[in-house]
Amino acid sequence: MEKHIYAVSELNLMVKTILDNVPELENVCVRGEISNYKFYPSSGHHYFSLKDENGAIRCVFFKAQASRLRFQPQNGMKVIAVGRVGVFPRDGTYQLYCASLQPDGVGDLYVAFEQLKEKLWKEGLFAPEHKKPLPAYPETIGIVTSPVGAAVHDMIRILRRRYPLAKVLLLPVRVQGPEAPPSIVRAIRYACQRRAADVLIVGRGGGSAEDLWAFNDEQVARAIYEAEIPVISAVGHEPDVTIADFVADARAATPTHGAEMAAPDQAELQDRLQSLRLHMLRLQSSRLELLRRRLENLAAKRVMTDPLAFVEDKRMLLGHVQKELYHAAEAGLTEPRRSLSALAASLDALSPLRVLGRGYAMVTDEAGQVLRRARDASLGDSIVNRLADGALHCRVERIVLEEEKQ
Amino acid sequence: MSENAEMENRSFEQNMARLEQIVALLERGDARLADSLALFEEGTKLVSLCSGMLDNAQQQIMKLRKGPDGQLEEAPFEEDVQQ
Repeated sequence: MEKHIYAVSELNLMVKTILDNVPELENVCVRGEISNYKFYPSSGHHYFSLKDENGAIRCVFFKAQASRLRFQPQNGMKVIAVGRVGVFPRDGTYQLYCASLQPDGVGDLYVAFEQLKEKLWKEGLFAPEHKKPLPAYPETIGIVTSPVGAAVHDMIRILRRRYPLAKVLLLPVRVQGPEAPPSIVRAIRYACQRRAADVLIVGRGGGSAEDLWAFNDEQVARAIYEAEIPVISAVGHEPDVTIADFVADARAATPTHGAEMAAPDQAELQDRLQSLRLHMLRLQSSRLELLRRRLENLAAKRVMTDPLAFVEDKRMLLGHVQKELYHAAEAGLTEPRRSLSALAASLDALSPLRVLGRGYAMVTDEAGQVLRRARDASLGDSIVNRLADGALHCRVERIVLEEEKQ
Repeated sequence: MSENAEMENRSFEQNMARLEQIVALLERGDARLADSLALFEEGTKLVSLCSGMLDNAQQQIMKLRKGPDGQLEEAPFEEDVQQ
């Protein structure tokens, strides 16, 4: 009997039909390592191989199923793929049509979280210098959370107790499920556009990692990063950490804690106001005390207590100056006085009376004119001979002229 | 009078900021006596004003919701509707 000659596509179809009818291949779980990973953004499909030490199988992960993928597959990653084995007739190959893919060993959420954290960290979304300070006294506190549930009530209760002065604006959002991230993003953007609050608390109460997943969403993280209003992330309970916690301006362990961070405590504020008042009072009274003391010191000065002190001082000064003047005058007179008596002495020595005392006489006519020569007198003239102790009035009886020697 | 009205129109934050400024000025102690007395008086007024603002505050709790015209609007938040 002659063998049937198949067309290639006929053969592939036959193999495909056989494989399609093996129930075990309808839903298999395969463990392996990803290699030759390719993702086509235009189609949204992922292509890769799964391999172990001895073999490999082609895998395809179509967009419809892959949209639920929460992590980014990478070469070398150990995964468990779930899917159906079938033939791809065009290439004559069989491959695994994946329905889901999860990291082997760790949860896929964990991997997705770590990957997004790494990516956003590299982009600088967690940079401390980008973080904005929270307002000390917010006028409006925005709460982005679910309008139902314990979290919103806890936050309102805390804010009412701590700081009733602020208005609370609740921006209701979905906090879980696929609608949650876009709804949170819209609320944050709305608040920022309208400047609807001075600070935003974004969060929800505790839940499973899946429940909190919206706060690990990349778009939510970016909306928080871009918010002009300072954001406090307040998700879940103490140990829960979300991407929102890293990117927010402040991280609260719980919604209650978030409310505490958002507003000051009025009791503490009242204390502070009272201590400010006391401080001012003390400053002012010590200032007045200082001025009073200075005033008293000035008032106690002698010039202020004894009005005549000034006059007394001047009088003493005057006396002192007088004395000095006297001394100066004394010193100034001594020398002239000395030269005066010397002059007087020499004058005395030159006195004609002293010459007369030595036996000479001075002859004058009756008018008192001194006669220096004999010829100045005539016979019969009355002349006076003046001696030391008196005068002799005489008459010229004879004139003897001595021979003049020229 | 007008100073009081001005104070009351200012936000709590502005009043606190002014109060802290006054305390700092008084601490420096170089203001003229008449000025420092005026500052002290203003500071004391601010303390009682701020304290009163805290005492008398009634917290307003609003919720953002879609109005009849489809625009978002603020409405009082009824806390005990459901849980």
